[in-house]
Parts: sequence; C-alpha cells; structure tokens
Amino acid sequence: MTRIKEKFAELEGEKQKALIAYIMTGFSNENATISTVRGLVKGGVDIIELGFPFSDPLADGPVIQNASTISLKKGTKIAKFFSIVKKIRKETDTPLILMTYTNILYQKGYAKFILEAKKAGIDGFILPDMSIEESKEYLEAAKNKTDTIFLISPNTSNTRIQKISKTSSGFLYLVAVFGTTGVKTGIKKYTLDAIKQVKKQTKGKIPIGIGFGVSTPEDVKKYIKAGADAVIVGSAYLKLIEKTPQNKLESKIASFTKSLKKQTIL
Amino acid sequence: MKYPKNGRFGEFGGKYIPETLVPAIEELEENYLKFKNDKKFKKELDYYLKVYAGRPTPLYYAKNLSEKIGGAKIYLKREDLLHGGAHKINNTLGQALLAKKMNKKRIIAETGAGQHGVATAMVCAALGMKAEVYMGYRDTIRQKQNVFRMNMLGCEVHPVKSGSKTLKDAINEAIRDWITNVENTYYLLGSAVGPHPYPVMVRDFQSVIGNEIKSQMKKINNKTPDTVIACVGGGSNAIGTFYPLIDSNSEIIGVEAAGHGLKSKMHSATLSIGSKGVLHGMMTYLLQDKEGQVTETHSISAGLDYPGVGPEHSYYKDAKRVKYHSAKDAEVIDAFLLLTRTEGIIPALESSHAIAEAVKVARKSKKSETIVVTLSGRGDKDIEEVQNYLNKHDKN
Repeated sequence: MTRIKEKFAELEGEKQKALIAYIMTGFSNENATISTVRGLVKGGVDIIELGFPFSDPLADGPVIQNASTISLKKGTKIAKFFSIVKKIRKETDTPLILMTYTNILYQKGYAKFILEAKKAGIDGFILPDMSIEESKEYLEAAKNKTDTIFLISPNTSNTRIQKISKTSSGFLYLVAVFGTTGVKTGIKKYTLDAIKQVKKQTKGKIPIGIGFGVSTPEDVKKYIKAGADAVIVGSAYLKLIEKTPQNKLESKIASFTKSLKKQTIL
Repeated sequence: MKYPKNGRFGEFGGKYIPETLVPAIEELEENYLKFKNDKKFKKELDYYLKVYAGRPTPLYYAKNLSEKIGGAKIYLKREDLLHGGAHKINNTLGQALLAKKMNKKRIIAETGAGQHGVATAMVCAALGMKAEVYMGYRDTIRQKQNVFRMNMLGCEVHPVKSGSKTLKDAINEAIRDWITNVENTYYLLGSAVGPHPYPVMVRDFQSVIGNEIKSQMKKINNKTPDTVIACVGGGSNAIGTFYPLIDSNSEIIGVEAAGHGLKSKMHSATLSIGSKGVLHGMMTYLLQDKEGQVTETHSISAGLDYPGVGPEHSYYKDAKRVKYHSAKDAEVIDAFLLLTRTEGIIPALESSHAIAEAVKVARKSKKSETIVVTLSGRGDKDIEEVQNYLNKHDKN
C-alpha cells in the first residue's frame, strides 16, 4: 500500500477529506520550496504535489507557466529535484506526488526515472499529457512502485471514466473546468454534475480529487459538499509564494493551509 | 503507411494529450474518416482548390538555373503561385470545409511565418467563419506584413510572449485555447504535427502536391523524377510532396534549417541532430537537452523555426526512405538571390532551403537527370528580412 492509499484510508476513518497542495519545485528557489513544504505540513496538508518544470507546459495557465520558467532559470535539474525530495522526506511522511510532463520521464526512461523517484521518496505521478492509450510502458514501470494518477475531464464519456478509473491508482484527478490550471471561473454547474457522474461510475472504488481553479476556502467547502474526496489547490499557493518574503513564507503558508484544511473536516 | 494504426508511424506519432481534448480528437477523427472519401466533400474541396486556390499549380522547368549550374534539369513545383502565396491553403481549405461539416463556428490556428495564419484567415472569410490566430511575438515582428494581412481579413492575431516566442509557443497557446473552448472550437493545425489524426490528415490534404508532380512528370518524360526535394520545418509541404512518391524509385530529400550551423545551437535541424521525445501530442524527433527540456531554435525563416517535426518524417528517417539534409542561413540567402536573379522568381526563405539543396544535388548529377523542388511559397513576405541580412553582412 502506498502512502497515498494509506492517507485516504486514514482520513476516511477520521471523517475527513483530503487537502492536496501543488507547488512548483525550485520556485522561487530551493529554500522557498523547503519553507513552503514546512508550512504546508504545519498547516495540516494531507498530500503534496511537487511540480517539476517542463519547457512546454501546455495544460498550465500563466501562473504555473511563469513558475516553471523561473524554476528552470534557477537551474532545477532532475538530480537537484530528487535531492530536494530526499530532504523533504527526512522531515515528513506526507505523501508526495510528482507532477510533470511525459517527455521528462521518457527521456530518462520510464523505469529508471520511476525507480529513482521512488528511492527519493515519491509516492505517485501525475502527467497531464499522458493519455491512457499511450501509457503501457509507463504503467509497467510504475507497477508495485508508485501510484499513477490519471485525469478526467467534465466531458469524459462514461465508458472512458470506467477505463481511466481502472488504470488510475491513488486517486482520480477530476479537472474542474474546461481550461488550463489556475483559471478562476467560479464554480460551474457542469463541474458539480461531473463530480456526481464520476462518483456514480466509480462507485467509491477510488477517491476523486478535484483541481484546476480551486483557490479559496469557499471553493474547497463547495467541492467537498458536492462529493469530492480531495481538493487540489495549486496556483493560489504559487501566487502566495510569489508575494511573501522568504522569512515569513512558512507561517503564511501554514495559516493559508489551515484555512483550507478546516473545510475538509466534516 | 496509408492510415496509421493507433495513430502511429512505427514508434512515432500517437496521442499524448490532456484528457479534455480526447472527445474533441475522437470527434475529429470520426468526421475525418467519414468525409475523406465522401464524394460530395471531395467534389467541394476540389472545386475550391481549383477556382479559389488556383490548382493545379505549374511544374516549371527552371532552364536558366539548370544551365547555370550545368547539371540535372531542375523543375519547380509552383506552390508559390497559390492564392495567399504558399502551399498552406491546400490543408486550410480541407480542414475548414471539414470544420464546417462538423458545425464548428470558431476556428483557431497557430502560425510561424504567418502563411498558415493568412491562409486560415482567407478561407474563413470565404466560408463565413470566425478565425483567431496565435503567433509567436518574435514572428509578429519579423513577419509583420502577414499580421496586417490577417487583421485586414477580419482575423484576430494573438501575439504569444511565452517561451521562445515562436511557432512552438504559438502551438502551446493554441492548444491551451482549445482546452478552454473545446466545445465550440475547431483547431486548424497548419503543419503535419500534433496528436493523431492531425499528421495524417494534413499529409492527405497536402498530398495534392506530390500527386500533381507525379502526373506532370509523367507527361514530361514518362517517369517519376530522379530526385525530389522539399524544405522541412514541421514538414507539411514536404510530406505532401514525398508521400505520393514514397513507393517510387525517386531519391527523396528533406531540407532542414541549419541556421548558423549544426554545431552552433542556433538552428532548427531536428531530424539531422535531434533525439526522440514527446511534444505537442506526438512522439517524434525533437531538439532538446538530456533531461527532456525542449531547446530554443533559430532559423532565418520563421516557418522552419520549430524544435519538433512531423512524426511521419521521423519514421521515414529511421526507415532510411528519406534523406534529411540541412542548409545554413548564408546558403539560403545565396539560393534566394540565385533563383530571383536567374528565373525572376522570388522564393520564400523556407523554400530557399530546398533550392540550396537542389543546387548541390544538380552539380553532382547528369544532365539527363531530373530534380523536382517544391517551391512551397513566395518570398514577398521575406524581402525585409533578406535586406536586413544583406545589410548586416555587407553583401549589398
């Protein structure tokens, strides 16, 4: 059982839903990432998604694009990333998910990359441009090592929801809106309908996390009420990191996290 | 490979796409398969290709150029004479008609040099559709005439300021728009790249070039040309030229942009020195670093300034069916001037890469041999760029 699955089981026992935070590793530098993670843990985050930058993040909106560019300019390489993960692992048992794009894993080789990531302390992967059709080699490499979290969109057909939920492990990532990450559009009826539909199709066999445009405690509250098992907040964290001086980062992140986490306790 | 199974040309191609686009891609493939052999659709497309775009284009024997070099006979496939001044309209008409059949009201496109953007804007005006075009900020400056043309045609141009601010980033931004407006928008991709079925669909619409070459050469000397040459950026004019001749005995050469030289890091020669990877929904050769970060490219021609290439080209490279060579900026300028002065034909800088290669091949060939070069576009858009180059290099 991976740390992610254990976490969901533990939360279920405590009648809580999961708060997942996304941050871009190396944004705005390595120390900021370490401080942010400390703040997240202090604030009670359940799972952390660590972004690894890619030159062409086509599923991401301006905030994460900008964070990727800065992280790359600061010299975030794969070896550096793994060393940061190891540092984080010494401090916390919080499940860690690596979010990046397919080409990064493909270049090193899926098996080699996943093995190294697992050794560093990574528990799962999210690759927004990896479709289930192209995932054979990736899935084989991750088998019995890390979770593979796939995405579902509000326009995904029922047959496909079935297929993706069988391919996915850890949780299912439901994209809240038609759009890229970080775009605030308010909570749409089609999103609430999609949560219901995905729950109906998956019958509780896998947790459903909702992300893209989720940024405030109110958003969290509404999605939890609609039936989400987890909420993912990303761009809002990056905006906070950008405007907070480094010496206040840990405490600011902790208090924002607390305000979000409160909404996931039933 | 007639229609690639699972969207794969060997190991290349595929559909590496965000889930939101899956229904749109499936809808596109379904409709493409339905209409591509539909008699009415083909008739309508043929009609527009003929009376709107100006097909068939002539195959011109460049006598002065051939004699000056003193080798093989060089023929030019005059795609530069098409409406809009480039081969792009072959594909734009096909896809726009398809979009109309699919009842899509909003068309988006990316453009490098602006030729695909202009072709999209023209066709959308003619068919009564609304078009928006993404163009790298750097390209909007070096090809500003094409920005004006698109604006005049009633098309909105979005300058893209992320990344390298060229074609690659314009495609990223068009895909982001498509993800956001997937319900009502048709993405009219201009090159033989992207997720399946785009590479095969663009190839099919561009194959009119190679099919015409075949029948025109047959009339001239009753056989296929000894050599065919086309420039390769994403590779749409090249794949349209090559595919109908792929089973023939013709030697086939694609020419990439070597920019300041293959060792300079200032080039776009993806097939010449790239490695395999995933970008823009496809597995193909890419220019990238060891960790999979796509690197910035350079070419004097905005239309070839792209770090990826159509997956079918990657397949033909590995299968050794097509040779991929490259031409440096300086050679390209020489070829541009040579054709302009010997034949009175001003070629696009993109197409000038193919001319530069043709000159090299012709020198080594016998007078009885034939070379066909696809002149993918006209060079009016490049006059300022060439002038700047000549001033900078003191060649005037």
